[in-house]
Amino acid sequence: MIPRHLAIAVAVMLAIALGMSFFLWRMRGRGSVSESAIGRTVPVAPPAPGPTEQVTLYVAHDDLGALRAVSALIPLPSDRQQRGEELLRALLTVYGGKSSPHVLGNGSEVRAFYLVEPGLAVIDLNSAFADGHRSGVLVEELTVASLARTLSANLPGVTQIQFLVDGKQRDTLAGHADLSGPYDISAMNQLAEQLQGGQ
Amino acid sequence: MARRLQLSLLLFALVLLVSGAPEERRLSIYSNAANYSLAVQSRQGVDYVGLLEALEPLGTVSAKASGHHWKLRFEGVDGEFTDGKLPAKVRGANIDLAASFVLENGRGLVPLSSLPILLPRFLGGPVTFHEAARRLFVGDAAVHFTAQISKGDPPTLVVNFTSPVNPTITTEPGRLAMRFTREGLVGPATSTITFASKAIPSAAFQEDNGAAALTIFGTVPLMASFSHDNRTITIAPPPATAALAPQHAAPTSPPAPSAGAPSNVSSPAETRRYFAVIDAAHGGSESGAALAGQLLEKDITLAVARGLRQELAARQLSALLVRDGDVAMTTEQRASLANAVHPAIYVCFHASAQGAGVRVFSSLLPHPASNPGPFAEWESAQSAFLMSSQKVAARLGAALQTLQVPVHSLSAPLQPLNSIRTTAVAIEIAPPDLSTGPGSTTYQDSVARMIAIGLAAMHDELEAGP
Repeated sequence: MIPRHLAIAVAVMLAIALGMSFFLWRMRGRGSVSESAIGRTVPVAPPAPGPTEQVTLYVAHDDLGALRAVSALIPLPSDRQQRGEELLRALLTVYGGKSSPHVLGNGSEVRAFYLVEPGLAVIDLNSAFADGHRSGVLVEELTVASLARTLSANLPGVTQIQFLVDGKQRDTLAGHADLSGPYDISAMNQLAEQLQGGQ
Repeated sequence: MARRLQLSLLLFALVLLVSGAPEERRLSIYSNAANYSLAVQSRQGVDYVGLLEALEPLGTVSAKASGHHWKLRFEGVDGEFTDGKLPAKVRGANIDLAASFVLENGRGLVPLSSLPILLPRFLGGPVTFHEAARRLFVGDAAVHFTAQISKGDPPTLVVNFTSPVNPTITTEPGRLAMRFTREGLVGPATSTITFASKAIPSAAFQEDNGAAALTIFGTVPLMASFSHDNRTITIAPPPATAALAPQHAAPTSPPAPSAGAPSNVSSPAETRRYFAVIDAAHGGSESGAALAGQLLEKDITLAVARGLRQELAARQLSALLVRDGDVAMTTEQRASLANAVHPAIYVCFHASAQGAGVRVFSSLLPHPASNPGPFAEWESAQSAFLMSSQKVAARLGAALQTLQVPVHSLSAPLQPLNSIRTTAVAIEIAPPDLSTGPGSTTYQDSVARMIAIGLAAMHDELEAGP
């Protein structure tokens, strides 16, 4: 004869197990829905609408081994994250041009840009950007400093920058520039100032 | 009372869930089609495995349970088994299992020790079973190895394998252990191999629980590097220890672990003091930038590093190369070696085909050090030396101006500079002008000479420290 209290305890545990199974089954369903949503092809968003503003882009010049400040008029929305996306888009447009002063690999893109409070900006590059990047200390740091300085100059409040490649942390951009952790904007600005001195 | 019991049961169940299970007992099967492992289950003190699971990766297999009977078909070969019985029939022939066949929820379990009888009948070929280690080899799937000591200085143990391998490597004082879980590595006739070397006297081969282990014993710290598409593993003292090998060869007991230093780096107290540690960036499979023609960055950096060592030696300044051959090292290994030797200056070389001239870099610390004290953060260990490094970078830059090439001193987000606990600079050598390459040996020699002259001029300041 099984004692009553033991039977109750076993019944309670069974009920918990069934409840958890049901909960997990429900969660699994939700997971598959969101995965399929992610998997859908999302068309590239057109530039966000907004009034045209003058911004400063910090453009890398390989022949000088330097950054040069360039003024540009681009439409900028009011949302800070969208402003960051537009700034990076404008910078990559310069690098994608026929007479680019700092050639990037084919298909180089910024996959996403996030602003994470407080003050952390995340630039997610695509794998073509990193895999197709030329290898070298100076040429890699010109890219990193150009992206970081352009953001910090036009997006006040950003205090740190983290670079990702295809959504993941990576040791280096192309064998040299360290991407393993976030950078203080002050350190990046210091580097950018040195690079504006030119070679 | 009942409530307490319920709570106790729930707590017990939770403890069971969160506590780690003991190491699972595995059978590893190696074949030309696949290498895989299966869980071994114990029934009444006898080890069993699922027969369907054992055959599944090797071909088309199906099974059907009917009452106490279980039929299995593998690539057209039929087998019949009965729950609780020893006799079975495979390919029309009767055989006796070592213990009763077990049928559980439609799954057929056979005794582990019967696999050498059963599998050849299904597969139509021989198998070799190392029963104590639970490792089964189908056909000629075994991986063999040879181990030879090279009589160089430092001594090097070269282990060649008949197929690519990827073992888990662990080091501790006196030994370097390689554990092979995915490869069908088989050992020599005797489990212990001896070598005519004081630094690397012996190695031992062992196998257990579906894996093999090759342990190299050494009287000096050892490290391993891979080459030939992972068909060769070279075991040697790391460069810092290598330089000391003659002094260390005599002790027969393994060295004590050095406090705070990695196990493969000798204690600073034991090492000779070097003025400079020179690090040729990249190496091995990590070749760095592809420069003009067949030229690789790793080769240029090594050539210039050797040149600087020679130039410093000519000025009676001792220097240690982090790598003096084509070996791959992580940035952490490079920093560990440099920090263990306590040099006055660390110089790392890079080479590039981009732009022209020479760039001298000091560390760009990602953020200021947060906990100044007796222990330095690995990511910002350079912080106490940063001003000294920047000053040296500027003065080396000035010395290099005499080459009449563009020279610039900069900060750089470049590892392992941040983790170096001494004055540290990195030097990137680009072509002297935009129309030539950095491969000219005359140019490389000139750069090495000017750096040596600059360092020699700063010798006293560097030795005094920041």
